[in-house]
Amino acid sequence: MHIVYPVVVSALLFSIGVYGVLARRNTILVLMSVELMLNAVNLNLIAFDVWLGDRLHGGQVLTLFVIVIAAAELGLGLAIVLAVFRNRRTVDLDSLRDLAEPGPDCDAAGPDRGVAGPAPAPGPRRGTGQEGAAT
Amino acid sequence: MSEAPSYLSPTGHEIVFLLLGVVVVGTGLLVVTTRQVVHAALWLVVCLGALAGCYLVLTAEFVAWVQVLIYVGAVVVLLLFGIMLTRAPIGRSPDLDSRNRPVAAVVALATAAVLVTVVVDGFRHAYVDLSPGKGTAEEVGVAVFRYWVLPFEALSVLLLAALVGAIVISRTDIRGR
Repeated sequence: MHIVYPVVVSALLFSIGVYGVLARRNTILVLMSVELMLNAVNLNLIAFDVWLGDRLHGGQVLTLFVIVIAAAELGLGLAIVLAVFRNRRTVDLDSLRDLAEPGPDCDAAGPDRGVAGPAPAPGPRRGTGQEGAAT
Repeated sequence: MSEAPSYLSPTGHEIVFLLLGVVVVGTGLLVVTTRQVVHAALWLVVCLGALAGCYLVLTAEFVAWVQVLIYVGAVVVLLLFGIMLTRAPIGRSPDLDSRNRPVAAVVALATAAVLVTVVVDGFRHAYVDLSPGKGTAEEVGVAVFRYWVLPFEALSVLLLAALVGAIVISRTDIRGR
């Protein structure tokens, strides 16, 4: 088996995960894209473990470790998403802007944010108000 | 490693792997582009299952079954619970993608171009003869418990900490002092 095949599949899968993380708004869909990226890394590890014939089986063991860490990350991530949903009634990443730079810095940061957040009021802001401002 | 055979005469392994790879990439694309949240989770099942098939072709049996058990069995169920508990819209919803979607597409295409170019250039001549028995439960178990015991134990503590943390975060009746 040519090693190029699994490695190219893994590279494409990683790029798909990058696209998903950047383009999705729903936090759970972003978590799914993170899983895609982790799985791309796993495929790489398996392929190189088989190619190098590692006596310690480093690639396969590290793949198991990555799977465990991904499960832990997903559990914590979903707990955080649920906590956010309880407080804000939304999981849209675009409307969770409490940590964004307030005021005219929005315009300097890019036209995208200038449209979304012209109101400089600090403190908790509701997602619905942001939606109204965006549209 | 002997002289690598030509790319024009693929072996059975390679054909099966390429078909599975097409499934993986195609369903991965569906996961990140579909308009329905639940469908994204279900396409993720197909994607991860096909990836387990890829591991099987690469003779990593144990990892393949662990992938099926944990990813397809547990992680996707967890994601579906998350979708349910956050009251995600079940039908088609038009606002799943944010406004920076073109930028995301450009970045992803650039990433794919760079990575594919580099790995094809770097591993063009790499070839391995697959022989079964490298990734059985026995081999991996011996490796884990002979050479990787300390990371394994540290990982179990990490998993416990993550579990406790998830419970503390998601329960509402625990108050900070």
